[in-house]
Amino acid sequence: MSTTALTRRATARRPAWRSSGALGLGIATLWLSIIVLLPLAAVVARGFDGGIDTFWHAITNRQAIAALRFTVLVSLLTALVNAVAGTLIAWVLVRDRFPGKRIVNALIDLPFALPTIVAGLTLLALYGDQGVVDIHIAFTQWAVLLAFLFVTLPFVVRAVQPVLIELDREMEQAAVSLGAGNWTVFRRIVLPNLVPAILSGAALAFARAVGEFGSVVLISGNIPLKTQVSSVYIFNQIESDSEISAAAVATVLLLVSVLVLIGIRGLGRWGARHERALAEDGR
Amino acid sequence: MTLTRRWRITLRAVALGYLALLLLAPVGVIFYRTFEHGVGAVWDSITTPAAVSAFWLTVEVAAIAVPLNTIFGIVMAMALARGRFRGKWLLNAAIDLPFAISPIVIGLALVLVFGVNGWFGGALADAGIKVIFSVPGIVLATIFVSLPFVVREVTPVLREVGDEQEQVAATLGANGWQTFWRITLPAIRWGIAYGVVLSVARAIGEFGAVSVVSGKIAGETQTLTLLVENRYGNYDVSGAYAAATLLALIALATLLAMTLIKPRREENE
Repeated sequence: MSTTALTRRATARRPAWRSSGALGLGIATLWLSIIVLLPLAAVVARGFDGGIDTFWHAITNRQAIAALRFTVLVSLLTALVNAVAGTLIAWVLVRDRFPGKRIVNALIDLPFALPTIVAGLTLLALYGDQGVVDIHIAFTQWAVLLAFLFVTLPFVVRAVQPVLIELDREMEQAAVSLGAGNWTVFRRIVLPNLVPAILSGAALAFARAVGEFGSVVLISGNIPLKTQVSSVYIFNQIESDSEISAAAVATVLLLVSVLVLIGIRGLGRWGARHERALAEDGR
Repeated sequence: MTLTRRWRITLRAVALGYLALLLLAPVGVIFYRTFEHGVGAVWDSITTPAAVSAFWLTVEVAAIAVPLNTIFGIVMAMALARGRFRGKWLLNAAIDLPFAISPIVIGLALVLVFGVNGWFGGALADAGIKVIFSVPGIVLATIFVSLPFVVREVTPVLREVGDEQEQVAATLGANGWQTFWRITLPAIRWGIAYGVVLSVARAIGEFGAVSVVSGKIAGETQTLTLLVENRYGNYDVSGAYAAATLLALIALATLLAMTLIKPRREENE
């Protein structure tokens, strides 16, 4: 009560703060528009520069479509592996206890901190022709999957971890006391609570993989129709001055990114509603 | 859900094994490969004129991009957490774009606006300003890719601390600046610090977007990540490893900073 009254009074007394806030917001939005939105609009505009036929031609030529298909498929596989491995790692980090756990927890963020080109070079040092071990997967499609898995590792772990920490263990105990086995408890109680977080982590991993460049540019070998991913294809088009065709494929990637972002926002809302529903059930 | 000891250890082994194979083995190998011919060779390799100039260019670019993004991030976070205005959801969504977009697309986008044949190309050329294939282009690309970090770290902290103290300050007669410096800033400082560390790491490590806009002129527009690629391409593998190790050490320092800041950041939540 008193807070609401205070809020009302303060809001009435705050015109100066408001106006400086509005000015700041205006400048910040302008900054965002010039640096981010305008250039992205330029990509779409350039992609359609030669009309819709040229655009369609550019994205359906054999190399471009093979690169797009390969990129999306490997990214989906990456998201899937991450959904399983990330959940498992998050579970071990939250529910298990072992020496050195804090170090392992800190290391999860390594792929975010390590420059992608260094990530690519390290994988090449291990799995390349002069690699240390006798596994030569460099310049194959597996190498691309490996690079994607490296750079996207933290997404699902970091999405699931906080939810798992917050998760009410009483529900699990109740289920166990009613005779449910571990598998049933996981499938019926733990997993449904984690699904929104797993999906949004996997979606972020997918988006990141679709656009990834630095870590795959060396290790993919960039073989057209085979190991070439879309970002490397676009890079080659830029280097050979085919700006329109680069912009056309870039527009497709941009569309994928925007769709994934919209999907994640929807998931966020779903997760919030899910939590509210649970809280109300608890009451 | 209480697992038997055997199950717990199995799951732990699988998780740690996955991490060891995917993360530790490659990074360990690169350290091993770098230092197998001794520290002296590595030192020589990272102190060549090209390497030194790449190092300072990287520092310079980060020193311009990160403060700008920090100011932008604080202003934007204040607006998103405190303001009420139309189109807020759209702004909120637009801020995440740099996280979701391919660095190559970002580089291309900047070329199409600021390049010689770009939208602003003519005007910039008339004014005698070269953006693409020059340092300003690298700075722009770096700002683009590291734009969301501070906003995304500060906004939840602002929401969490609420604006009651700010309102009290206002009713006691503090003006906007006083309220910001004495109340808001101290409350969000660890959130800002965390965002800054992430921005610095991304700014130093950016490769794709920078490689499109830089033109890769050795000694002029070559950053550390571009130096790694350039040396590898020129069959100077040990030189590439040395530069990569330098970047990996910076990444480890980043992780350390993150680990130290995280608990403090969570204190105000």
